[in-house]
Amino acid sequence: MPKIFIDNTSYEVKAGKNVLEACLTLGFDLPYFCWHPAMGSVGACRQCAVKVYKDENDTSGKIIMSCMEGVRDGMHLSIDDKAAKAFREQVIEWLMTNHPHDCPVCDEGGSCHLQDMTVMTGHDYRRYDYKKRTYVNQYLGPFIHHEMNRCIQCYRCVRFYKDYAGGKDLNVFAAHNHVYFGREKDGTLESPFSGNLAEVCPTGVFTDKTLRQHYTRKWDLTSAPSVCQHCSVGCNTIAGERYGGLRNIVNRYNAEVNGYFLCDRGRFGYEFVNSENRITKPQVMHQAVDENALMHHLETVLTNHSLIGIGSPRASMESNFALLDLVGKENFFCGVYNEEMMLERRITDILDSGKIPVASLKQIEDADAVVILGEDIWNTAPMMALAVRQSVMKTGGREATEKTPMPEWHELAVKELQQNTKGFMVNVTVTETSLDEIASLNINAAPDDIARLGFAIANHIHPSLELKNFEEAVLAKAKTIADELLKCSNPVIITGTSCYNDPVLRAAFDIAAALKAAGKAPAIAFVVPECNSMGLAMMRGHAFDTAVRRVNREPNVTAVILEQDLYRNLPAGIVDEFLSKCRNIIVLDSLNNATTEKAHVLIPASTFAEGDGTLISYEGRAQRYYQVYVPDNKYIRESWKWLSRMKMIISGKANGHDPHHDSVISSLETALRQFAGISAAAPSSGFSIHGEQIPREPHRYSGRTAMLANRNVSEPKPVADGDSPLSFTMEGYQGTPPSSAIPFFWKPGWNSPQAVNKYQQEIGGDLIGGNPGVRLFVKSSGNMPEFFKDYPEHFRERQNKWLLLPQSHVFGSDELSVYSAGIAGRSPEPYMGLSPVDAKMLDVTEGSQVTIKSEKEEYSFPVKIVESLRNGIVLVSKGLPGTQGMSWGNWVELAK
Amino acid sequence: MERPLTKDIKSDGSYLNIKEYEKAGGYAALRKVIKGMSPAEVQETVRASKLKGRGGAGFSTGMKWSFVPMGEDAPKTKYLICNADEMEPGTFKDRVLLEGNPHQLIEGMIIASYAIQANISYVFLRWAYREAARVIQKSLNEAYEAGYLGEKILGSGFSLHMHLHTGVGRYMCGEETALLNALEGKRATPRAKPPFPQVSGLYGKPTIVNNVETLCCVPHIINNGPQWFIGLSKSEDSGTKIYGVSGKVNRPGAWELPMGVTMGELIEEYAGGMKNGYKLKGALPGGASTDFLTTEHMNVKMDFNSVAAAGSRLGTGTMIVMDDATCPVGFVHNLQHFFAQESCGWCTPCREGLPWVEKILLSLENGGGKEEDIGLLEMHGQLLGPGNTFCALAPGAMEPLQSAIKYFKDDFVEHIKKRGCPYN
Repeated sequence: MPKIFIDNTSYEVKAGKNVLEACLTLGFDLPYFCWHPAMGSVGACRQCAVKVYKDENDTSGKIIMSCMEGVRDGMHLSIDDKAAKAFREQVIEWLMTNHPHDCPVCDEGGSCHLQDMTVMTGHDYRRYDYKKRTYVNQYLGPFIHHEMNRCIQCYRCVRFYKDYAGGKDLNVFAAHNHVYFGREKDGTLESPFSGNLAEVCPTGVFTDKTLRQHYTRKWDLTSAPSVCQHCSVGCNTIAGERYGGLRNIVNRYNAEVNGYFLCDRGRFGYEFVNSENRITKPQVMHQAVDENALMHHLETVLTNHSLIGIGSPRASMESNFALLDLVGKENFFCGVYNEEMMLERRITDILDSGKIPVASLKQIEDADAVVILGEDIWNTAPMMALAVRQSVMKTGGREATEKTPMPEWHELAVKELQQNTKGFMVNVTVTETSLDEIASLNINAAPDDIARLGFAIANHIHPSLELKNFEEAVLAKAKTIADELLKCSNPVIITGTSCYNDPVLRAAFDIAAALKAAGKAPAIAFVVPECNSMGLAMMRGHAFDTAVRRVNREPNVTAVILEQDLYRNLPAGIVDEFLSKCRNIIVLDSLNNATTEKAHVLIPASTFAEGDGTLISYEGRAQRYYQVYVPDNKYIRESWKWLSRMKMIISGKANGHDPHHDSVISSLETALRQFAGISAAAPSSGFSIHGEQIPREPHRYSGRTAMLANRNVSEPKPVADGDSPLSFTMEGYQGTPPSSAIPFFWKPGWNSPQAVNKYQQEIGGDLIGGNPGVRLFVKSSGNMPEFFKDYPEHFRERQNKWLLLPQSHVFGSDELSVYSAGIAGRSPEPYMGLSPVDAKMLDVTEGSQVTIKSEKEEYSFPVKIVESLRNGIVLVSKGLPGTQGMSWGNWVELAK
Repeated sequence: MERPLTKDIKSDGSYLNIKEYEKAGGYAALRKVIKGMSPAEVQETVRASKLKGRGGAGFSTGMKWSFVPMGEDAPKTKYLICNADEMEPGTFKDRVLLEGNPHQLIEGMIIASYAIQANISYVFLRWAYREAARVIQKSLNEAYEAGYLGEKILGSGFSLHMHLHTGVGRYMCGEETALLNALEGKRATPRAKPPFPQVSGLYGKPTIVNNVETLCCVPHIINNGPQWFIGLSKSEDSGTKIYGVSGKVNRPGAWELPMGVTMGELIEEYAGGMKNGYKLKGALPGGASTDFLTTEHMNVKMDFNSVAAAGSRLGTGTMIVMDDATCPVGFVHNLQHFFAQESCGWCTPCREGLPWVEKILLSLENGGGKEEDIGLLEMHGQLLGPGNTFCALAPGAMEPLQSAIKYFKDDFVEHIKKRGCPYN
């Protein structure tokens, strides 16, 4: 480790870092703007100036930009040097010459990096007394508010939007002190990662427009560490509340998962919590009832009836387990489409075997090659797509700097050398995707053919099976891909359930297994549909079909349906049949939907914001989300609390106390061995530091004594939280909490999200105490063949039948996030994709209405001709209005 | 007195076409190189000639070339670029060469490309040089037709393609790395150095960027040898230099002279002295981004080291003379207006500092000057120094300002006291 001297004190620092990173890691407060730990150094803002000396005898030294200089052993630096300090202060004064000083009316005020850096440099008096330049702001769509006058031209926005995330419609225009960051003309920012602008912008140019619509100062938020509910990736978030409403979602750094960023679905999809459509009171037969009446009614329907439970892929582990505990293992079914459930079983079998490790997003970013089989991750797991982009770019950068070594943080130099050099990435999907443009190879094929290609790749890497009847072209492609993979050391194979095709999953495993046999260190990622699909699959409940058979056989069934709209996931005919045969239907959910309409007993469940829970991400990472606030509605409780109460009714202990979170989790660990270790995902509720809990509110929180004064002048006692070590107050432990229980990032002098620096072991590295989450697929258990080898026949078109496959959309395909007006507005109109040949055959053109007929349902959509689609497949927008409950992966008839 | 660069330029303003150029001995150097010299020998010859870059920085051309990776392992694609984006205020010396003898430049570029084994070459030309663009394009066509450009030049194994690229009028493009970005179709912002363009230049490939005048010297060095070139000069810097003088002199113009004529000789002998009724107050020796010299410097030799010793820079060698009837504050304001406008907007000190400086100077001119203004100007002179800014634009801009304050401080004070410009 190089030893460097900072103001004559020696420090050991990590080699290969720049001076700024080294200083920040050591805990020095050195101001910066343009540098970003995930985006490297470009030397534009000149804010991080320090003095560097030739040696210990050099007393004059010279000013350097610490972000642009690598650490060298024996380096002598000064942060405190007068000239360096004066320069840093002057840089702020320059930036302030045009900054409007509108902090009091700026959304960023109080959590602004520019404010922090201004204070840090000591600048307090502006000598510039001329006219400031002003700009016209732009309309940038529903998510981001634009206020260009505040811009300090750090270039972070375009570097994130264009370079890091591959966006095309944000740019820098004009020159000198008229540099403008925006779109060519007003309009919605197209990238699904645009929300990150609000966090990468060091001041208030790009701010969260959804927060603005119900604005509160960020220090006035009651916040809790949370986990995104809108796909299976499990990004870590912080959710903030004020006056009983959820106000915003921001990034919660997790080096292994989402790093510094979130996708827009995750960031802006929270408004379902505040929706008018929330279920606010228990109902019996569509009549609102009070708790006594509810309990009384529950007693009659829960006892003397045979109970079955329908588990939910979007409910927490705690709630799913409480349901299983209520109804018994043998009566626990998954509310998941049968075809999907079989795939998820396959996935958990593969992951359980422990043969191939699961790739975290960080591992995907660091992979030196990526193969995607049959999953449009841009739309089903956007942050994974962003990670793949980083793999492609970083690998390209490493390749380009092999002969001309450049440190990885030197963004400018690496980019110049790199030009268009990209890492190896193969994107094999049913139709074109947004990741195609960075792929080395794009192949569009039918699911069976995707699988065949996968098996052929595996075979080329490790000749273990005979390939019969394989087309030459497929073999040639497979060889090209295999040859490239053999040049790599830590490739990642990504696949998922979207093809509704088991061979695709097996092929992905075979590729990984072959690579492992060839001495590589492969990892695999299986994308599943919902935030807790993996957790539900791991519970190994019975298939929904079995539940239907059960109610057909048994007359006296009370079904308890947990947090889901069965009509979204399953064909309506099957759901209708099921529900009509149930004697009693108890539904617990947070929002009204087609299933809750059929409930005999409807119970209001909390969302992630009003309750505690644990979700298991695609990587088998169990992650805890905490209740953000206590709703002003005593009926809104976690489903697991309601379900435990039901259990008490059955066991005749109706007056017992609600269980605490700790006991639910420990029962889960005991009852289902596959979840052993899950309790380590978060500290227990009794956890405290020096006897203090972790406050959800920063010490700057204001209005506590006033906000309820219209009702009572006495400040109420804060509600006690029996489920977590977090408190609903400002008081408590002011130091760094355990990494999985960080409700907000704040350190003295660091009021913006960039305070995260102070929570990391090293800048851009792991959080102090390790990254949140417990990975459950670590033990090797279960049997798994060395290779599956069983490739399918190649895809054949059928006469008058089409294979129905989903087209997912970042905005629109997810059930809950569309409650946010902005996301609903960005959802496309549902359509039906057909190949040009099929369209011609059916004699339909773009926009013609075509009807899909499956066994029991008919759906009609306008046609979109998709050039890249194989003949014999029909693609339908997933999850959009009118596209619920489709028989994905089945053959359907089409009619004009 | 030999004038190798300009001797063949016609007085009627028309350019030397390929026939005329060949007749005057043109392309002989190229033949010599192609037939009998290795790239290393060409590089060595240029190094031995002690040719220094004529774009302003005065860096050894031979040394610059020597940083380019050569041999089998070197990248297959390399570039040679002529920086003809002559936008330094007061500078018009490259224009003389571009419009008068384009083939001399093209020959120099082919030889330079051969020396570094580049096979693609660009002339990056200032947009406003319309006439130069016309004659260069014609000359490139002529050179292709004659077999001096294209595949297998003069039957050798060396191929070179050369293109004319006209800029869009940004001073920033004169900075070699910003020029490269512009050529790649990106914003004309400078790049970080290292890596230097010699290693990672255009499209990340080894690239040499040389000034027009520098490249024009090359054929003559090849033809006549390094010793001859060294002998042309009156000073330690070798060769001739195209000097220029503008301002209220009797004969403003540009002349090819031995390197090292004095400032006095330039103004008095070649520019014919100051116009009647005007006295010399100061002069920027090498364009707008050099420090003022004054009457006390009349004996300073106009070569890189001598001018540096006098506290300024030779720069482009084209002098702007300031007379005693011109307000130095207004003069400097005009320059700062230019620099502030031409800042690319990449780094803070330049983007924000220059407009501030400009506004202070304008306010002095308009009678709004305050006592602390001079201190603020001096602060900028100090803090917009090399290393503090990303590139040399702002440090260059500060050179006339800080030297104006040094030599003509009374004028600044006077503006504040009299609440306006005393020259009006």
